[in-house]
Amino acid sequence: MNVIKIKLEPQGKELQMPGPRPVGRLLKELDIVPGTVLVIRDETLLTEDEIVTGGEEIEIRSVISGGNS
Amino acid sequence: MKCRSCRRKAVTKLRAHNSAFCRDCFLLFFRRQVHRAIKSLRMFEPGERILVAVSGGKDSLALWDLLCSAGYNTTGLHLALGIGAYSTASREKTERFAKSRGLELIVADVTEGTEQRGVSELARRQRRSTCSVCGVIKRHYFDTIAAERGFSVIATGHNLDDEAARLLANVLRWRTDYLGKQFPVLEQREPRFIRKVRPFYLISELETATYAFLRGIDYVVEECPYAAGATQLHCKEALNRLEEAMPGTKRAFLSEFVARMQQRFSGEVERGARACQCCGRPSYGETCSFCRLTRVATRS
Repeated sequence: MNVIKIKLEPQGKELQMPGPRPVGRLLKELDIVPGTVLVIRDETLLTEDEIVTGGEEIEIRSVISGGNS
Repeated sequence: MKCRSCRRKAVTKLRAHNSAFCRDCFLLFFRRQVHRAIKSLRMFEPGERILVAVSGGKDSLALWDLLCSAGYNTTGLHLALGIGAYSTASREKTERFAKSRGLELIVADVTEGTEQRGVSELARRQRRSTCSVCGVIKRHYFDTIAAERGFSVIATGHNLDDEAARLLANVLRWRTDYLGKQFPVLEQREPRFIRKVRPFYLISELETATYAFLRGIDYVVEECPYAAGATQLHCKEALNRLEEAMPGTKRAFLSEFVARMQQRFSGEVERGARACQCCGRPSYGETCSFCRLTRVATRS
């Protein structure tokens, strides 16, 4: 159970990464700019220094919206 | 990571403000920023009837939540745009939000005014981008409903990222007339036209999404299917890369424009909006964009 399950929203994409890992490193490895997403675990927001361990599930939710300004 | 204010565990880090906050301190910080913007640009006064444009997304629902919990006199306006499952979900979330808080909501089906044609079909007929046509339709309905129902101000959830991306797009092509019209408060010269305000213009998308999440707002996370590839998203991406390297860049770019530069371009706008000859709503030509659009739509 060393795998972190990640759900990317709104794409609905699911992927896995080995844990444990700090949130900041996870985002870097996924080439995601930290200020463009919420990282959610068990209905709680995570900051970049939080460690996600294997067996845990997180959601990475984009905050970018638009098309029309 | 500790909260800057109370030293409890932080739930969000805001690099642009060189800060991290716990839930309660973030909500306080967020509300203070918005109230400061409302006051400093005199967007509206307590007691004014405010029509809040609500799409069902994080920004508009966060704005409505903040304004009604601060005691402002608000009514929501949701436009059903006819964009398949996306529009259905947006309407459901908006109606659920209003019902759970006992708020008044107006829902207008825009396809009724365009012979059941959705935004994308209208765009195809006009050979324009869907986002551009969508903007025309929204502005028309906001103006019309606000005027008919006696609202004095229309508030929209445009945030810092939206406004900075719009500014960048206009600067890249030096659209000086558009730069002259970009301001968080759009005062109207004719008394029958309604003032438009953007209280979140200095609040980032990260902050509005954090606020919505922490307030338990169930918003539409899915993106509009027509937004992919839109110019605004390219500009947002470029600005986010700059922001990563130089925190605070977006805010400085926009706030300095609003404070010092925008007025230099106001002379580029030939004249203020006047009444459209067909519908009487604000227009920069004899006939407004919406009436030109519907003329094409009603042709078989």
